[in-house]
Amino acid sequence: MKNADVLLSGTNVVKEFGYGKKKMTAVNNVNFAFHEGEIISIVGESGSGKTTLAKILMGLLKETSGDIQYKGMPRQFRSHKDRKKYWKDIQAIFQDPFSSFNLFHKVDKLLLDCIELQGLKLTKEEQFIKMKEACAFVNLKFEELFNKYPFELSGGQMQRLMIARIFMLHPKILIADEPTSMIDACSRSTILDMLLKLRNENNMTIIFITHDVGLAYYISDTLCIMEKGKIVESGPAEEIIINPKHRYTQQLISDVPKIHEEWNLA
Amino acid sequence: MSLNAVELMGDVSPAPRKNILDVQGLKTYYKTRLKENVYAVDGVSFALEEGKTLGIAGESGCGKSTLALSLMGFYFPPLNFGSGSININGIDIMKLNKEQLRKQILGKEIAYIPQAAMNALNPTLKIIRFIEDMMKEHRPDLTKKQVWDIAAERFKTLNLSPDVLQSYPNELSGGMKQRTVIAISTILNPKILVADEPTSALDVTSQKTVIKLLKELLDKKFIKSLVFITHELPLLYHVTDDIMVMYAGEIVERGSAHQMIFDSLHPYTKKLMGSIIVPEEGMKENRLTAIPGTPPNLKNVPSGCRFADRCSYAQEECKQGDIPNRYVGDRVYRCIFDPDTLKEWYKNEER
Repeated sequence: MKNADVLLSGTNVVKEFGYGKKKMTAVNNVNFAFHEGEIISIVGESGSGKTTLAKILMGLLKETSGDIQYKGMPRQFRSHKDRKKYWKDIQAIFQDPFSSFNLFHKVDKLLLDCIELQGLKLTKEEQFIKMKEACAFVNLKFEELFNKYPFELSGGQMQRLMIARIFMLHPKILIADEPTSMIDACSRSTILDMLLKLRNENNMTIIFITHDVGLAYYISDTLCIMEKGKIVESGPAEEIIINPKHRYTQQLISDVPKIHEEWNLA
Repeated sequence: MSLNAVELMGDVSPAPRKNILDVQGLKTYYKTRLKENVYAVDGVSFALEEGKTLGIAGESGCGKSTLALSLMGFYFPPLNFGSGSININGIDIMKLNKEQLRKQILGKEIAYIPQAAMNALNPTLKIIRFIEDMMKEHRPDLTKKQVWDIAAERFKTLNLSPDVLQSYPNELSGGMKQRTVIAISTILNPKILVADEPTSALDVTSQKTVIKLLKELLDKKFIKSLVFITHELPLLYHVTDDIMVMYAGEIVERGSAHQMIFDSLHPYTKKLMGSIIVPEEGMKENRLTAIPGTPPNLKNVPSGCRFADRCSYAQEECKQGDIPNRYVGDRVYRCIFDPDTLKEWYKNEER
């Protein structure tokens, strides 16, 4: 991964909430460099600042201090136009598929919007072929989804449809904020394989946020372990899981039940 | 005689265990607006011995939560009771009326923790009020002071701070709320605790604290048996003695946790084990196997094996007639093929 270009990097990124006595630092002096085509996992327990960091990367929150560089240039949002341009390159999948959809729109509207967002002028038939292709990518049959409302789908189907959307928009960076925590283990493996496929076929950079080290290990090349707003350990996934150095990483690994080892509950 | 001496003598045979929960041919259905009956639990039979723990696994929509709800004997529309019997500690609860059920069974014999239990706490009430409410129904003779003492005592034994009793639900974290709910629902020492996905909304660190609490309840004999529902198979492996796998409203396999994880017989269980993700060496190399297709619509279930459409070993005769249960030792599975044939196939696939 090291020979690929650095796509998104940050130095001394800080985010504080509140002021005066109630000031609290959610992201504390974080440095990172994400390469093109890399899958990075940010792992930590609830309240460790991983979602705040993701929101800063997405440009939804403004960092209190520090620099973020995108494609080697400082990322600056002078106007809403800048931000919109940035969002063409960065997309997200969220935790709760049930609240990611507009309940009043049919699912084909969601995919049609993607075509519109790209500014493509297509005939009805071309649109149909494009939507079909995107659904086929995530192992869904477009014929079954056509003319349906989101509530008629299962959680796994909804989340896969979100990935179909990403496939159509092909952004440079995808931020996946706990995309598998609300769906069952069986659909989870499908979603993870879809993400790997996206990376392999489109060379997308994926930032995967999770609290489960097992998932992170399975999917990612690089792990960043976050504790209380700080990245305490980062490096290749293999190295960190097999030989964790930091106390917090060791604790996270021991918290996950395994099948070939005893689970220490003491 | 010390405890060790008894163990060393080795002749202390355990007393024959009785079934604390016995379910026979249970069928429950949801009535839709179009007056169709959708059987979410379709002919389920199983028994649970006193002191044992049972895990129920399966995909979403396979009927695990409906089964848990049915065990309570409390049916709200659109859920309806079809047929079958549920025996809890020797009492056939389907013969009781609603009032008897509420006063004699719920909370005392069987307690239930629903999926979103931590959101069930009324945000305007202090935690102690929930316990007072429960005691008012079941132990009307106690004064407020006595209720407080019982609650504080119980919280202390479970390593929860008694200060929690004086706080409002929104002051507690997710894991803490979940543990509080478990402590409240087991305060009457029910025989069986049915926990429906108690940890799926929590992160791994709080998950561990909840599991510890459940283990403590079992060790200290506050509850006798546990029915644990989840789709996280590695978790079931460490928590429960037996695992039962459900598919489309039916039980497809039941066996001890170790057998089910490492030596599953039913093709569906085998595929389910392919979705296990753990942070262990070598995990990255063995790719996950996803099951193609979706579970059948329960409105019109196919005849024969319900998994046949998604099963890679399915043959013509799988889709006809009733599939009998096969018994191998103390395990049960529902498939027309014998264990040797299945194991041969699995071996060939691994090659």
